[in-house]
Amino acid sequence: MRFSFLSIAREALRGNRGWTPHWRDAEPKAAYDAVIIGGGGHGLATAYYLAKNHGLTNIAVLEKSWIGSGNVGRNTTIVRSNYLLPGNIPLYELSMKLWEGLERDLNYNAMVSQRGVLNLCHTDAQRDAFARRGNAMRLHGVEAELLDRKAVQRMCPFLDFDNARFPIQGGLLQRRGGTVRHDAVAWGYARGASDRGVDIVQNCAVTGIRIANGVVEGVETTRGFIAAKKVAMAVAGSTSQVASMAGLRLPIESHVLQAFVSEGLKPLIPGVITFGAGHFYISQSDKGGLVFGGDIDGYNSYAQRGNLHVVEDVAEEAMGLMPMTGRLRMLRSWGGIMDMSMDGSPIIDRTPIDGLFLNAGWCYGGFKAIPGSGLAYAHLIAKGEPHPAATALRLDRFRTGHLIDEKGQGAQANLH
Amino acid sequence: MSVGPYRLPTGGAIDRAQALSFRFDGTSLTGFAGDTLASALLANGHRVVGRSFKYHRPRGVLTAGPEEPNALVELRSGARREPNTKATTAELFDGLEAASQNRWPSLRFDIGAAARLAGSAASAGFYYKTFMWPAAFWEKVYEPAIRRAAGLGRASGVEDPDTYEKAFAFCDVLVIGGGPAGLIAALTAGRSGARVILCDEDFVLGGRLNAERTEIDGQPAAIWAAAIATELEALPNVRVMRRTAVVGVYDGGTYAALERVADHLLEPPFGQPRQRFWRIVAKTAVLATGAVERPIVFGGNDKPGVMMAGAVRTYLNRFSVAPGRRVAFFANNDDAWTTAADLRAAGVDLVAVIDSRAEVADHIRAKAGNARVELSAAVADAKGGYGLTSLQIATPKGRIALDADALAVSGGWNPQLGLATHLGGKPQWSERHAAFLLPADLPAGLTVAGAANGMMTTAEALADGAAKGATAADAAGFTAAPAPLPRASDESFAVAPLWQVAASRTKAFVDFQNDVTASDLALSVREGFTSVEHLKRYTTLGMATDQGRTSNVNGLAMLAALTGRGIAETGATRARPPERPVAFGALAGLHRGKHLKPTRLTPSHRWAASEGAVFIEAGPWLRAQWYPRPGEKTWLDSVSREAAAVRSAVGICDVSTLGKIALFGRDVGAFLDRVYCNTFSTLPVGKLRYGLMLREDGFVMDDGTTARLSENEWVMSTTTANAAKVMHHLELARQVLWPQLDVRLASVTEQWAQFAIAGPNARALLERLLGDVSDEVVPYLAARIFDLGGIPARLFRVSFSGERAYEIAVPAQYGDALAHELMWAGEGLGVTPYGTEALGVLRIEKGHVAGNELNGQTTARDLGLGKMMSAKKDYIGRVMAARPALIDPDRPMLAGFRAVDPTKRPRAGAHFLKIGAPETPENDEGYLTSVAFSPALNRWIGLGFIKRGPERVGERIRAYDRMQGGDLELEICAPVFVDPEGTRVHG
Ligand SMILES: Cc1cc2nc3c(=O)[nH]c(=O)nc-3n(C[C@H](O)[C@H](O)[C@H](O)COP(=O)(O)OP(=O)(O)OC[C@H]3O[C@@H](n4cnc5c(N)ncnc54)[C@H](O)[C@@H]3O)c2cc1C
Repeated sequence: MRFSFLSIAREALRGNRGWTPHWRDAEPKAAYDAVIIGGGGHGLATAYYLAKNHGLTNIAVLEKSWIGSGNVGRNTTIVRSNYLLPGNIPLYELSMKLWEGLERDLNYNAMVSQRGVLNLCHTDAQRDAFARRGNAMRLHGVEAELLDRKAVQRMCPFLDFDNARFPIQGGLLQRRGGTVRHDAVAWGYARGASDRGVDIVQNCAVTGIRIANGVVEGVETTRGFIAAKKVAMAVAGSTSQVASMAGLRLPIESHVLQAFVSEGLKPLIPGVITFGAGHFYISQSDKGGLVFGGDIDGYNSYAQRGNLHVVEDVAEEAMGLMPMTGRLRMLRSWGGIMDMSMDGSPIIDRTPIDGLFLNAGWCYGGFKAIPGSGLAYAHLIAKGEPHPAATALRLDRFRTGHLIDEKGQGAQANLH
Repeated sequence: MSVGPYRLPTGGAIDRAQALSFRFDGTSLTGFAGDTLASALLANGHRVVGRSFKYHRPRGVLTAGPEEPNALVELRSGARREPNTKATTAELFDGLEAASQNRWPSLRFDIGAAARLAGSAASAGFYYKTFMWPAAFWEKVYEPAIRRAAGLGRASGVEDPDTYEKAFAFCDVLVIGGGPAGLIAALTAGRSGARVILCDEDFVLGGRLNAERTEIDGQPAAIWAAAIATELEALPNVRVMRRTAVVGVYDGGTYAALERVADHLLEPPFGQPRQRFWRIVAKTAVLATGAVERPIVFGGNDKPGVMMAGAVRTYLNRFSVAPGRRVAFFANNDDAWTTAADLRAAGVDLVAVIDSRAEVADHIRAKAGNARVELSAAVADAKGGYGLTSLQIATPKGRIALDADALAVSGGWNPQLGLATHLGGKPQWSERHAAFLLPADLPAGLTVAGAANGMMTTAEALADGAAKGATAADAAGFTAAPAPLPRASDESFAVAPLWQVAASRTKAFVDFQNDVTASDLALSVREGFTSVEHLKRYTTLGMATDQGRTSNVNGLAMLAALTGRGIAETGATRARPPERPVAFGALAGLHRGKHLKPTRLTPSHRWAASEGAVFIEAGPWLRAQWYPRPGEKTWLDSVSREAAAVRSAVGICDVSTLGKIALFGRDVGAFLDRVYCNTFSTLPVGKLRYGLMLREDGFVMDDGTTARLSENEWVMSTTTANAAKVMHHLELARQVLWPQLDVRLASVTEQWAQFAIAGPNARALLERLLGDVSDEVVPYLAARIFDLGGIPARLFRVSFSGERAYEIAVPAQYGDALAHELMWAGEGLGVTPYGTEALGVLRIEKGHVAGNELNGQTTARDLGLGKMMSAKKDYIGRVMAARPALIDPDRPMLAGFRAVDPTKRPRAGAHFLKIGAPETPENDEGYLTSVAFSPALNRWIGLGFIKRGPERVGERIRAYDRMQGGDLELEICAPVFVDPEGTRVHG
């Protein structure tokens, strides 16, 4: 059912009795033209664009649990396209543009809130690196501003400007950056895809990938075999496990990242702020909670929870950056499993197996990429060739050396 | 002085001799020591204490514990204001100030309450469907409006004046919760000799015993609890921690706990923190956190005056406060009838007992005395504008009305198992208890006892606690003797589930704080949000500051009914730490302000300060950036003077921050050959060499020099930034890759003070200290050990500035003295201290790469150091460095740059475009990494990477800079600006 002034008014008058499910909870069919493994943001967006842009509707998204149960529903919801390297910027900017039109495209309000993303810098070298990044963005037609200390102070007077261990020198600001209501992204894409005929199949875990003579034939699932000419993985933190079902070993490690939310507060901070002398980012949700996070826990893990060292570290950085947070309380913490790639950038590519596609390596930055990645992945699946915004995100780049290492950390997954 | 109109004349655990005055919304009130803010407010007849989140409905106290969803206040004022504080757990103190929140202008007249009029349109998830038209309105109108309405309490907005501490504890048995089960578990384990820690978040031990009129061993239960507490405290191996909530369970038997040291005081006493955050590592733990009563969902169940039956008992018995003048109660279980008995005993008018069950045993029924009893009945709707005034009761005979100003409700009890599920366990549904019980997969070492384990009577809880205390002690290696069990009541807790009253006509709340109603749940299911997690996220059920302690189970039972599934199949949402909200300040402890991270000072810090140095944070270090002298107007004046002094006379600079790693062993040479891309095994004793280290992926990791001090002793220097990283890297190589090599490593960065002495007069200066350091004794790239007045001094002939230069190292404790000595020795030679800025200028003038160039994205070839990569041996990074993209001739390579207009200043971070080329990514040819004003050339110069740089010397290009105004025409030049022949280093 379309959401409009009229439908809302009508339903309000009849006690909301006429609303229908946002998406069909489909039973799996025996065969599809394509199946997407993983009902997270990327899988659902891919299905939506396959249907919308390529007319592929005999397809299914197979989700082992409920849709949005993975990282799409666990992240800190930051969206931005302030990347440094030419292999990354086009995809994230494509995504940013899609975010900007998302509610109209989907007829679903995911509360895209462009209140700005401000990355703080604390040294000359960091400022120079931000200038390099800002200029790279501008060359790609992406807006960016480098703020000095005074401008940062005007924008965020509550940061520690008097007694900071690492004094703030300035910051890189992307005004179009911000936050998006994460669950609504999954639901909105699911609804859009479902309306176009895509089967959203929940509680259906893929347990095997059937391959004959190097060609994919379908997937074994907890609900039986499902034949498919094309199989597309979009399982984020589970990538290494699912890929191994096809005998693939990928340059990806799984790590846990925690996130945190405070009790609800009246508006306190403007947009997204990131601390540059550690690893800490914070924003305030539409409901008033401060949503924040830091570094990954550091060890490989498939457990969706973390440990205290990061909890304390994150709180210390919060206090170091914003001393006013002392009496505010952390309400809840949780963890998600990150598909950390060896250069910190994603992969959207074919695999050595015919008909099997890979979308992975999002590390902790894949939420913002959902629309762009979905669109590019759909393009790849439908046409067999990469979308122009994703030509660099190849799997073989680790062999050829065309790495996209934003931080210059090298092939150590937990440093990205 | 009034004791409050609702305070009962006698009884309770309050100290009537100690009156405390406090203010709520500006009104002065009085309570007693032993009160909570909630009990004191209730005693004073304040029934409305806050407004709800979405509809701004007036709300009163619902519970008597941390599960409270409604009675949230801003506690204290000014910089100590704490929003969203639960009045039910805030201990009253003299001078306490609190204000209601989420209302404007006042609690009574709240404009936000108009939100109620939006009614059905503002149902669950409405915002996903709306605010989309016209398009531009979302950003400009709707979103800001939603944001303004967000949140409950207001933060102070200023720095918290109080301090916090972190502490660590270790024990054999950790007992979480000091109710009957926890007390006896701690006693049993404690008597066995095990080190026991007992934590309870309340300020008195005893848990529910403090709220009951029941007896243990023939004495009032609270007295029994106090006696056990005394015995526990007398045991030397037992530590009792009151006001301490265990808030999280982590891997390896680690428990996080928050001790509220001074929250019950006006201000923390001098030298005391406000709170202390504990990390407790326990061999075993007993979870004895009791149970939480759940409401029943009926119309108007959020009216102030509606309260949990157990809470009514707590207010009556512990705080001696009557919940109202005419109290009714509504339940589905036997336990709740005890409240009726207690009300009567306290002399409060019990107007009716409404039980949804058709039959209630006679001895239970007797508890209501002569009060009216309605069985097979339910409260359908509670009425009243600003608090409860009457009830509509659905009975088999039809609807009846009843006047009441308070209603005690009980829907049964939920064991508190949050902590048991932090590591991922799933609680199991028990039909008998009509509640979730402990998960099958408990965290290792944890057992659950008492009501938390479904042992709902005092006698059962005591037996279970004793057994679990013994098991825990045994598991920790002790032998616990079973304690004789005290005599206690074994009251029936029979319950027949009732989640929701079907006959309700008005808004019925499931989650009070987030205003989630029964119809929201129905709508959500209609819209397909049928998984518990979807329901939670769509409606926000259970996501408020109470984490759904009074709403989750009702919500999912209702979901189960709506979807025709069983509760077990529907499942529960997962509890997430922390179990109680924890202040950021407590989690951060002392790590704030300047103490966020340790500050490392160089050995000559005091000397540098005495020389007037301006210091700069360089990673963890504070380094001298420059040394202003009288008459210098800007930093540039100082820096240029210092750099010029190095070129013309002699400068000294503390370089102790460079990483230093000592290497010992017969195989160090071979080891270095494998970690550096160039060869070291051939290095003779007494010499040093510049080395370049690659990462495994073939990119450059770090550079520095390594000296061979004797046959088997070497010392490596790294960049300041990479000191730790190189150490990790070498340890990995030594321990994992080549354990067979005879190599040992030690980080000695802190053990040595090291100074650069650079400039044409460097030799003269050093000779005053060390005697002959001529080229015969200390040739270029020599490493020698001197005796400096009995102190071993290492002298390295290296140069970063291109001048004749040495680095001298002495044990760190002599660093400050050596700085003074160097200044003395330089008298008359023009000796000048120089800081990191001049250091940077000098190295840029010489084209030496540093942090800005070693950015982890560059290869040896990019840096102009390709020739260092030995072709004769294998080393880390060799194979990967040969990948096609790393040897692509089009890669940007190091070059020098200067502005065509010599007065102009380029800016690092600019990108390079061919002049006139369109501003597109395809035309991006590289970027400028480092820029400095060269006093030697009297102009700004820079280093950077540009496609085929070395081939393009003399070409003009555009520095594209939209960030810092450095958009200029530049000329590409060789990266060495000063003394390209390299003669001065010998001069
Ligand atoms: C704490 C945290 C904070 C983050 N913060 C940000 C941020 O601020 N900004 C940002 O851009 N990114 C952020 N991210 C990263 C971002 O959330 C992820 O990169 C992104 O969501 C991953 O893509 P996805 O949504 O498709 O993954 P998911 O939502 O994880 O989807 C993968 C799905 O695959 C399913 N699945 C797995 N195995 C199988 C199987 N065998 N069969 C069927 N289904 C299967 C899973 O159940 C899951 O639903 C954060 C992540 C976390 C955990």
